[in-house]
Amino acid sequence: MSNVINSLYNMRLLDDLARKETPIHKIHPLVKLLTTFVYLIMVVSFGKYEIGSLLSFVFYPVIIFALAEIPVAPILKRVLLVEPLIIGIGILNPLFDHHTILFFGIVISRGWVTFLSIFIKCGLTVVASILLIATTGMDRLAVGLRMLKVPKIFVLQLLLTYRYITVLMEEVSGMMRAYSLRAPRQKGIHRSVWGSFAGQLILRTFDRAQRVYQSMNLRGFTGEYNTGEVTKVRFKDFAYLAGWSLFFIISRIFNIPTLIGLLVTGVIK
Amino acid sequence: MHMADALISPVVGGIMLATTAGVVAYSIKKIQNDMDEKKIPLMGVMGAFIFAAQMINFSIPGTGSSGHLGGGMILAILLGPYAGFITMSSILLIQALFFGDGGLLAYGCNVFNLGFYTCFIAYPLIYKWFTRKQITSKRIFVASMISALIGLQMGAFSVVMETLLSGKTELPFGTFVLMMQPIHLAIGVVEGFVTATIVTFVWKARPEILEKTATLEPLGNVSIKKVLTSILIAVVVVGGSLSWFASTNPDGLEWSMKKTSGEKTLKAPDAIHKTLSEIQNKTAFLPHYGFKTKSGENKEKQAQNEKTSINAGKSISGILGGILTLALAVFTGVLIKVIKKKKKT
Repeated sequence: MSNVINSLYNMRLLDDLARKETPIHKIHPLVKLLTTFVYLIMVVSFGKYEIGSLLSFVFYPVIIFALAEIPVAPILKRVLLVEPLIIGIGILNPLFDHHTILFFGIVISRGWVTFLSIFIKCGLTVVASILLIATTGMDRLAVGLRMLKVPKIFVLQLLLTYRYITVLMEEVSGMMRAYSLRAPRQKGIHRSVWGSFAGQLILRTFDRAQRVYQSMNLRGFTGEYNTGEVTKVRFKDFAYLAGWSLFFIISRIFNIPTLIGLLVTGVIK
Repeated sequence: MHMADALISPVVGGIMLATTAGVVAYSIKKIQNDMDEKKIPLMGVMGAFIFAAQMINFSIPGTGSSGHLGGGMILAILLGPYAGFITMSSILLIQALFFGDGGLLAYGCNVFNLGFYTCFIAYPLIYKWFTRKQITSKRIFVASMISALIGLQMGAFSVVMETLLSGKTELPFGTFVLMMQPIHLAIGVVEGFVTATIVTFVWKARPEILEKTATLEPLGNVSIKKVLTSILIAVVVVGGSLSWFASTNPDGLEWSMKKTSGEKTLKAPDAIHKTLSEIQNKTAFLPHYGFKTKSGENKEKQAQNEKTSINAGKSISGILGGILTLALAVFTGVLIKVIKKKKKT
């Protein structure tokens, strides 16, 4: 169950981070969503063999991390958890690619280039997705989705699932802690109490979910989804989207790292 | 185990996103008439349950790899195909956003692979056919097993096709398929068992749910409390007992990849890749790496440019530039942090 609890903590962390009030958090959610999409499309559109230009895309996550005051370590840990799958797939590229290239005099399979490319792309895209939710949060993202004309039922279902996950897991974590405090030498939960443990959990979780649903009804829930504050897209938001998109497009077309390198080597010479 | 953004191209991602959006819109239209409010908490709870269940990896005996529940069949049987598909899409969105499990561009692919084949093909054509005359324990078991197996096979094959069409890996089609399908056969067996267990559980406690869903009636006077209760019991049972068997072995997809090393490779369908890359070249911003291009270059020159551009990229300026860029990025981040700290004090 600890895997489940850890995931809950992770989600809670991202939720808490989303409640900060930095300039990045104040940007309109739709704009952040679109920026992320432009970023993802640009990164993913790189060919198999391009690595240099990919590196200039590191600027976006770094700046967001810094401006939005998001701790780097837990997010990167999350990214590293996703990488093994990519490594598993990518590691075969060197084996299957029969072309070779010269790298500083050593002959290596061209597959290593594609492998590295996939690895970097995976890191960048996952970080971008997580940063989106860390700076926006589920509620504001739902506002953004509604503005994109995503159907109400879908957004509602999304939010409810999200909330029920936390309800479910909060109960689990609370009960497990209570149990372990009363059974100090017991590792995990003894099988003789699985039944009553489960029963207690069901009743509590269900009651809480019912209370949530009933309070929604009492506050006038009729299946409609009201977004509350109507956030307008201001000039600042436009500028954010335009600025980043321009940077992404330029980085996509021009190989900035190589340009920098050429500049420096030129100067040295 | 869901597909990551790095494995697909924007074209494939975009097409699948559009397709999935279309299916979601269609499903929403279909349930709008039948929707009664009591189903909403049920959809939410089922979503949470499948979400939790998907986090548990179980090892597949004899292969050294692991897999996890898809959940599409359970959702389709208990909620109906339309609500089930919508629920699956919301689960996958939360996973993509919070865990990076499945990219945002690959979101369309993932929802389609895990949801479409189970809800709209396996459920109506297989499960319903087996239970058309009456619902019994045995029929549920057989129906769940076969639907899960076939649904997962189709989903796995979909992954192969989407990866192949994106052209991001060097993996030959034949080997990929030969590895993916058997693994998902094994996962399908487990999924069939779990689906059958849960559905039988619900059927024994509240058979009206299954029968009403089958005819798409709203849930009406059925005791929601009891159904929700039994489902939540299943949550804890799945979570508690299966987590004992939670595996640290590599996922089914990874295992396929690792196992193909050293194997006899089948001929890669170069023709497909060439055609696709030609299309990509024409539609891409700039055909290739260099920024001095002349339209109408022949293929040889393009290939040569590719090779030389790789060499250029690997040359000293390229590497130096790359290091400098990274350093600059980190420096920028640190600088911003320092400035912020100063502002606070």
